[in-house]
Amino acid sequence: MSTPAIELKNISKTFGSIAANKGVNLTVYNGEILSLLGENGSGKTTLMNMISGIYFPDAGHIYIDGKEVVIRSPKDAFDHRIGMIHQHFKLVDIFTAAENIVLGLEEGGRFNIKEAENKVREISTRYGFDIDPTKKIYEMSVSEKQTVEIIKVLYRGANILILDEPTAVLTPQETKKLFAVLRKMKEDGKAIVIITHKLHEVLEISDRVSVLRKGEYIGTLETANTDESELTEMMVGKKISLNIDRSEPKDSVDRLEINNLDCITRDGVKILDNISFTVKSGEILGIAGIAGSGQKELLESIAGLQKVRNGEIIYHNPKTGSTDSLRDKTPMQIKELGVRLSFVPEDRLGMGLVGNMDIIDNMMLRSYRKGKSVFLNRKKPRSLADKIITDLEVVTPSANTPIRRLSGGNVQKVLVGREISAAPTVLMVAYPVRGLDINSSYLIYNLLNEQKEKGVAVIFVGEDLDVLIELCDRILVLSSGRVSGIVDGRTTDKSEIGLLMTKGEEGGEGNVEE
Amino acid sequence: MLSTIASFINAAIIQGIPLLFGSTGEIITEKSGNLNLGIPGIMYVGGISGIIGGYIYEHSVENTVPILCILFSLCTSLICSALMSLIYAFLTQTLKANQNVTGLALTTFGVGVGNFFGGSLLKFFNESGSISLLDTGLAYKACLPFASKLGLFGKTFLSFGFLAYLAIIIAVVSSYILNKTRVGLNLRAIGENPATADAAGINVTKYKYLSTIIGGMIAGLGGLYFVMDYTAGAWTNNGFGDRGWLAIAIVIFALWKPKSAILSSFIFGGLYIICVYIPGLSSSSKEIIKMLPYLVTIAVLIIISARKKKEHQPPASLGLSYFREER
Repeated sequence: MSTPAIELKNISKTFGSIAANKGVNLTVYNGEILSLLGENGSGKTTLMNMISGIYFPDAGHIYIDGKEVVIRSPKDAFDHRIGMIHQHFKLVDIFTAAENIVLGLEEGGRFNIKEAENKVREISTRYGFDIDPTKKIYEMSVSEKQTVEIIKVLYRGANILILDEPTAVLTPQETKKLFAVLRKMKEDGKAIVIITHKLHEVLEISDRVSVLRKGEYIGTLETANTDESELTEMMVGKKISLNIDRSEPKDSVDRLEINNLDCITRDGVKILDNISFTVKSGEILGIAGIAGSGQKELLESIAGLQKVRNGEIIYHNPKTGSTDSLRDKTPMQIKELGVRLSFVPEDRLGMGLVGNMDIIDNMMLRSYRKGKSVFLNRKKPRSLADKIITDLEVVTPSANTPIRRLSGGNVQKVLVGREISAAPTVLMVAYPVRGLDINSSYLIYNLLNEQKEKGVAVIFVGEDLDVLIELCDRILVLSSGRVSGIVDGRTTDKSEIGLLMTKGEEGGEGNVEE
Repeated sequence: MLSTIASFINAAIIQGIPLLFGSTGEIITEKSGNLNLGIPGIMYVGGISGIIGGYIYEHSVENTVPILCILFSLCTSLICSALMSLIYAFLTQTLKANQNVTGLALTTFGVGVGNFFGGSLLKFFNESGSISLLDTGLAYKACLPFASKLGLFGKTFLSFGFLAYLAIIIAVVSSYILNKTRVGLNLRAIGENPATADAAGINVTKYKYLSTIIGGMIAGLGGLYFVMDYTAGAWTNNGFGDRGWLAIAIVIFALWKPKSAILSSFIFGGLYIICVYIPGLSSSSKEIIKMLPYLVTIAVLIIISARKKKEHQPPASLGLSYFREER
């Protein structure tokens, strides 16, 4: 083929001690669509951010049209005619489409929004976009906003387009439209990179696929010569043994029953779609899925934090033997029943702990209602804090140290320790080992196993498939808000889960409320 | 009756001019996302520094020249207002201090500065009595020569000093810049979504500094107008009163639009003095009538919050410091 539009050689980038990219090579030609495939955290976005000038590579070379270039800022990237469409749109809500498109442009002459609007219309007709340049962003659907972002890049004369998971927010119909536009741009001779983890889309739209795994470049294939299972294996890799203890579940009884659960986000997108499963006592149920497949909403629905549209959540109370519906209960009532949510979002201190308060006060967040007088009783929380510090080996100067001064792992231990101390019957943890070192991770695994042996029903949302397979008794796989399968942790393997995770919506059913 | 109404309108405009300067300045500042609650203090400083400039000039020459009276006081006023806003911009942009706390501190400081020099300026020059700059005041009050020949119309609408017309011109020009130019588009983008503006290659810090300083200078002119034109060169401590806060209330009332601020200022100016024109009010009912502008502001806030129309909301990132995201 001719000279590549862009060529990366041996690109490396580390953040602190974590290598996000290790010696990655990538080639994209004019007039082709390249898929960049990989799991969450495999370094796809980091790599593309280095082309678009957001990060600067630690090592390696970038060639554009055969000439080596240095890209230090988004402006440099524009100058080399590279445009990136990020997952999170950068648009001003109260501006019109055209105003957003010309924002920050230093064109000569008088500012004339009418001219810009006409140019936007011209680009729209050329590539088949459907957009009104005078429409305000806040009146637009997600797909229209994405269109504005793409036109913004084209308006600036981009030749190389990078789209970061463009279909994540789109309905299947909108995805089809987008793909049609991408094909037109490809015919127009543009080089297009699309970052994705949906295999069927890779196979549908791209000419070639490059796969990254844990920051490393695995290889590039012609799409025509490959299939889903080969790509999955490249993406998830071979099994790594972690030697996490796993005991056989004892005296398992049904504890929590979820039937036909539906959930809608504020924007009207169906985030949970007909979810049904059972959680048993004395077992760890893993939940696997690409980030944003509905894990957070599922846990929040059970905890009473998320409004449920349809379906039921039934709790079998081991103390009274009765069955309760959790759906109509407040978070407070649910907690009193013994259902505990130890939710750990990306921002650890966001939910669950208050950064500026010390460990004792954070213990009291769960128990402040217990006192009888108006004055706080700090005695019990203090002994609980001390117990957690010794039992879980929390590294802290004292129990009076503000939580935000502790390291991530120690914050995590405090949070999990507090939730466990309340003797839950259902314990939900999401990403409990994110950002933790190996030892702390194993400590958390042991804690979860201990709870399981005590007969607690544990729900574990994780991202590392190796951990899920070794720790969990059963693994529920979510894909785009649906249960794509429930597998046995003892017999499954990574590629089975990987395939279930990336199943997507091949059926082409709409998942947005009409 | 007609002459009473005319004189009321005239008084409303006179009361409205300082408010118009203040609110235009604050709108320009807030469009960049900076909520400068230091505006009342800056207006005090704008007034007292004009007095100081004029006083020094009047005391250093035998015969004053009107244009120089104006130049001296205008320059000192603009420079001092700019310095006050620079303090605000530096604290909130460079040091990322909380905007509300910084603004309130600046207001307390500005009022203090005004009252300190108001009380001690004469002592520095070994004089006694009260501050009164006759020549400078006259220079500012000079109006169009033909105004008095136009009867009631001239008396009502044309009998102002040049600062009054400047206030309206500034408001109209600001409106044009904000809505019709690239600079205005960039500035509005910063107030709405600084991260987006930054990604589009706009220098957020530069815009925030400049709009805060320019806004402060415009607001300072409101203080200058008050001491030079309204009180004709005389300073009384706390004489400016709560007009600075009223100016900030107008920003909300005018829905962050400089053009609407013109009429809003005159309405508020009218509400501010309407108690004088209602016959037979006891002094306590006068105070209740004086609450009107604030009640109106609360009503407007309730209405715009309930209607939720996006264009009528304050700039989305108003009051928030902007940090560039770093991993």
